[in-house]
Amino acid sequence: MHIMEGFLPIEWSVAWYVFSIPFIAYGAWRAKKIIEENPSNKALIAVAGAFIFVLSALKIPSVTGSCSHPTGTGIAVVLFGPAITAFLSAIALLYQALLLAHGGITTLGANTASMGIIGPFAGWIVYRFAKKHLSVVSATFIAAVVADWVTYVVTSIQLALAFPADAGLSGILSSAAVFMGIFAVTQIPIALIEGVVAATLMKHLLQIKPEIKGAEVFA
Amino acid sequence: MRFLPLLILLLLITPVLADEGWSGADEKAEEAISEIKPDYTPWFEPIWEPPSGEIESLLFSVQAAIGALIIGYILGYYRGKQHAQNS
Repeated sequence: MHIMEGFLPIEWSVAWYVFSIPFIAYGAWRAKKIIEENPSNKALIAVAGAFIFVLSALKIPSVTGSCSHPTGTGIAVVLFGPAITAFLSAIALLYQALLLAHGGITTLGANTASMGIIGPFAGWIVYRFAKKHLSVVSATFIAAVVADWVTYVVTSIQLALAFPADAGLSGILSSAAVFMGIFAVTQIPIALIEGVVAATLMKHLLQIKPEIKGAEVFA
Repeated sequence: MRFLPLLILLLLITPVLADEGWSGADEKAEEAISEIKPDYTPWFEPIWEPPSGEIESLLFSVQAAIGALIIGYILGYYRGKQHAQNS
C-alpha cells in the first residue's frame, strides 16, 4: 500500500499531508497525555507500535501471485483508538521511507492517511459495534481484518484520484477498479492472516494483563 | 477460533505452490500508473536507497526484530509480574 516516492503529483502530496498532520499531532499529544496519567501505559503503547513494526515488515505472498504486507494497526486501534494509531503508523512509515526507500517522504502524508488514519478508523468503528456482541478477541480479529483491508482500498482510491483514466468521475472509477484489482484482492488473505495474529496477541495480553479489558476507555 | 491456525497455514502455503512472479503489489501499482499515464515521471527520488536487495532485506529484518524484541520483552515482563503477584 506504500505509494512510492514521487509517485503522487505534488498537489496530492500536499493535500494528504494537510489531512494527516492534525491526526498525527493529536495522536502524539494523546499518547503523551495517557502516559502522564498512568506511566504503565507506556509499555502497552510500545507493544501496539511494535506490532505495527513487525507486521508491516513482512511481505506475504497472496493468491494473486504478488506479495503485499499487513499493516499491524489492529492492536493499536483496539487498545488506544485511531489518533494514537495514526501517530504510531507514521513512525513505522517514516522508518520505511528513510531506510528502505519503501514509500517516501513526499507520499508519507497519503500513506499515513490510508494505513494510520482511515483504515484503522474503519476498524475501530467495526470494533465498537462488534464488541457489544462478541468477545474482545473475536472483535479484535474483525477490527484488524477491516483496518488492514480498508487501508488498501483507500490507497487504491488515492491513486485513482491522482491518476484518473479519463476526465470526470468515470475516469476515477475505472482507475479505482484497476488499482483495487491490484491491492484489494491481494489483500484479502493477508488481512485474514493479520486478523488471526492480532487476535492471538490480544488473547495472550488479556491473560497476562487482564486490566486491559476496559482499555477502550483510552480511545 | 480453533480452525484459524489451519486457515493461516492454508493461506500461506497455497499461493507459494503456484508458479508466479511474486513481485510486490506496490510495484504492480507503479506499472499500472505508467499504463494510465505514460508521461508521468516521479518528481522526487528517495533520499537514500538501500544499495542492494540484500541490504534492503537486512533493514526489513531489523524492523521486524525491533518490533518482536519490544513485544517479547514487555509480554515477558507482564507475565513475570503476574506470576510474582500470584505467588
